[in-house]
Amino acid sequence: MTFWEVLGTVLLIALKSFVLLAALLVFIAYALLADRKIWAAVQLRRGPNVVGPWGLFQSFADLLKFVLKEPVIPAGANKAIFLLAPLVFAMLALASWAVIPLADGWAIADINVGITYIFAISSLGVYGVIMGGWASNSKYAFLGALRSAAQMISYEVSLGFVIICVLLCAGSLNLSRIVMAQDTALGLFGWYWLWLFPMFGVFFVSALAETNRPPFDLPEAESELVAGYMVEYSSTPYLLFMLGEYVAIMTMCALGTVLFLGGWLSPIPFVPFTWVPGVIWFTLKASFLFFMIAMVKAMVPRYRYDQLMRLGWKVFLPLSLISVIVVAFVLKLTGLAPGA
Amino acid sequence: MTAAAAFFYLFAGFAVASGFMVIAARNPVTSVLFLILAFVNAAGLFVLMGAEFLAMILVVVYVGAVAVLFLFVVMMLDVDFAALRQGFQRYLPIGGLIGAIFLIELVLVVGTWTIDPGLVQAPLGRAAHGETATNTEALGRVLYTDYVYAFQIAGLILLVAMIGAIVLTLRERTGVKRQNITVQNARTQGMAVDTIKVPSRQGVEV
Repeated sequence: MTFWEVLGTVLLIALKSFVLLAALLVFIAYALLADRKIWAAVQLRRGPNVVGPWGLFQSFADLLKFVLKEPVIPAGANKAIFLLAPLVFAMLALASWAVIPLADGWAIADINVGITYIFAISSLGVYGVIMGGWASNSKYAFLGALRSAAQMISYEVSLGFVIICVLLCAGSLNLSRIVMAQDTALGLFGWYWLWLFPMFGVFFVSALAETNRPPFDLPEAESELVAGYMVEYSSTPYLLFMLGEYVAIMTMCALGTVLFLGGWLSPIPFVPFTWVPGVIWFTLKASFLFFMIAMVKAMVPRYRYDQLMRLGWKVFLPLSLISVIVVAFVLKLTGLAPGA
Repeated sequence: MTAAAAFFYLFAGFAVASGFMVIAARNPVTSVLFLILAFVNAAGLFVLMGAEFLAMILVVVYVGAVAVLFLFVVMMLDVDFAALRQGFQRYLPIGGLIGAIFLIELVLVVGTWTIDPGLVQAPLGRAAHGETATNTEALGRVLYTDYVYAFQIAGLILLVAMIGAIVLTLRERTGVKRQNITVQNARTQGMAVDTIKVPSRQGVEV
């Protein structure tokens, strides 16, 4: 390759990343608004409705407000780590989007170990939380960080086993191949949500716990820890934590779409529906998962911490472990295993 | 200089520098954070070698789980720096000796490799199963097909170690009220609530 070819490739990747980043951030601005609106609707309130028509510009107003406020750094804080923590959190959350295929061939990096990459990156997210909690030099923040670390590690285990179940069926670690493995004549009934239904449930709940969403938002439980690890943050660092959290939620929605809801595939596999571009189906499915997550936030009361740990270690872990074995046996005995 | 070489020096340089900072940093929490940076750079080096599966597993296992527990413990401990520096003179000879042995061994290993490549066996996996296999497949074949018994024995040893650790630390306390979720869920209204008709001005015996 000549110098110009290399430069061209690098510029193309940069351009793709920029477009994806911009689209993702705008989508998240509206996902955040939708979250608040759904929550409000469940509680018979109106939600944000002042900025712009129906409050459509609320997220952008919030963005401006956060950026223009004064960042306050506590006197006893470890300054470098205090400022590094939200950056790490937001950057890692965004980094997983590099491998997610939004449509056929629409991944920035279509790597062979895509799913392990996402799993690895999302397991790093806990560092932002621990660093922030520790560097704040405050007991509420520290308690929140400890809770979060224990919670995220616990649920990662069952999440890993759920992913292994899907991998056994798909026979590849590549996210695009996992989607293609779900491409059958059955349409939406051929996707893994039906065939691995209990695992889809475990995945959904573990995703809630992994992203610290209610009912598992104990790291930031406002009634006891004020706001957990974020309590000392203000202005842009706080914005970065908030952004990282929502990006992580969208990542989980996208991952759920790829693993269980057939990615960019059309739910009804004949002509007028297969003409719709894949990215639209992908967005619709991810939005559906996000809607479910928002409804859970509105409807379910917060778990107690010991209940959360019990659910993770004594219910989900054995359930997902057993189902890995069952899925492997069924695939082997029926000869359906890919590559067998 | 090709792009691969540039990335190699970037990752290797960061790995060595952060490895040095692990022992040089004054604050133990900073040390652990530098250790994590070293792990991530090592993962980058694995990717450059084409071992992307190993790189990801390194990040998941070491950075995502082991180092989190390190960080957890180090943050909770109240480390006394003065006490840490006290024994430096006394432990220097032993520490130096171990360091020297380690260095000699490293030199021997790398030296053998450069002097006579035939002495070192070619890695299995790709050689045994063809060049076309991705390294996830090759690793899987070696671990779960060629050496499945050794792998099972390793797993069994870890299981025994885990059970041992649990047995050593388990403390059975009596007289503690425990929540039994199954019993709680099995309760019905009939078991929990008695509806009693109270005759007016007479009261009831409960």
